[in-house]
Amino acid sequence: MHELSISQNIIEILKENVPEEDYGNVKMVILEIGELSGIVADSLQFCFDVIKIETPFQNAEMKITNISFKLYCNTCKSETTNAMGIRLCGKCGGSDTNIVSGTEMRIAEVELNS
Amino acid sequence: MNIITIERKVLEKNDEIALQIRNKLKSNKIFTINVVSSPGSGKTSILERTIESLKSKINFAVIEGDVQTNFDAERVKKYNVPVVQIVTNGGCHLDAKLVKDALDKIKLKGIKFLVIENVGNLVCPAGYDLGEDYKVVVLSTTEGDDKPLKYPKMFINSSVLIINKIDLLPYVNCRIKELRENALKINPSLKIFETSCTTGEGIEEWCNWVMMNIIK
Repeated sequence: MHELSISQNIIEILKENVPEEDYGNVKMVILEIGELSGIVADSLQFCFDVIKIETPFQNAEMKITNISFKLYCNTCKSETTNAMGIRLCGKCGGSDTNIVSGTEMRIAEVELNS
Repeated sequence: MNIITIERKVLEKNDEIALQIRNKLKSNKIFTINVVSSPGSGKTSILERTIESLKSKINFAVIEGDVQTNFDAERVKKYNVPVVQIVTNGGCHLDAKLVKDALDKIKLKGIKFLVIENVGNLVCPAGYDLGEDYKVVVLSTTEGDDKPLKYPKMFINSSVLIINKIDLLPYVNCRIKELRENALKINPSLKIFETSCTTGEGIEEWCNWVMMNIIK
């Protein structure tokens, strides 16, 4: 349950990346959250809504894009998925795999009121 | 509509500080582990056993993370090892900034092995890089063999698994073969040790691995 501190990090990143005169114009913050990131989307949404009130971004809404868990198999060279976090190739069952996506926690972009 | 592309990791501040810590520890030739687990799996007991076994060979330093109290630091202090207790006051994990500040309180000269004992929690500490060489996850037999599948992120991000309390295997419903298989399904490259801090079984093998990693 660290969604509150994650929300604080998001506010800090907004402050660094949005021109100060546009703080009040931030309409939407778009996040990319992997299904294995350990983040509960509803909880993050709730924490952000609580925390934003005390910041210049109180008009901002949050939109979360879920990124699914994907594996690349170094043996059969295919990209597959498997049940939550299981690192065995979905096609050949091999264990020599790399995680392609699903662990990320990224701020992709923000939309401003024009 | 006006769009600003950001494309930044939410935890990049933490990761930047973790990199500073990693560089500092590397330049001081200190091997560092970040020990994570549920509360009560035996992190501090394993640490005590490790100190007992290796204290005559290498100098330790310890950073203890807990939600409240300095009980763990008191346990480690008995061994005359430099220890800093971080009390998170409700925080569910250690972050790199907390560790950086704690590290400033330790004289690093001569230290060979730094153990960061994280807050007992099998979820949140997984996402936070503390500048360690390896995350070591401890799982005790009383917790059951399905935990790697239930808490995959911790096992993905760890390099070593210590299965602790193996002396209790006859009394608990934990199938060690399944536990190992489940852990390796999540992370095929996990290095696995089996230990008991009560009987001392497996501690030597674990300590040998530590010694192999000490930077000369």
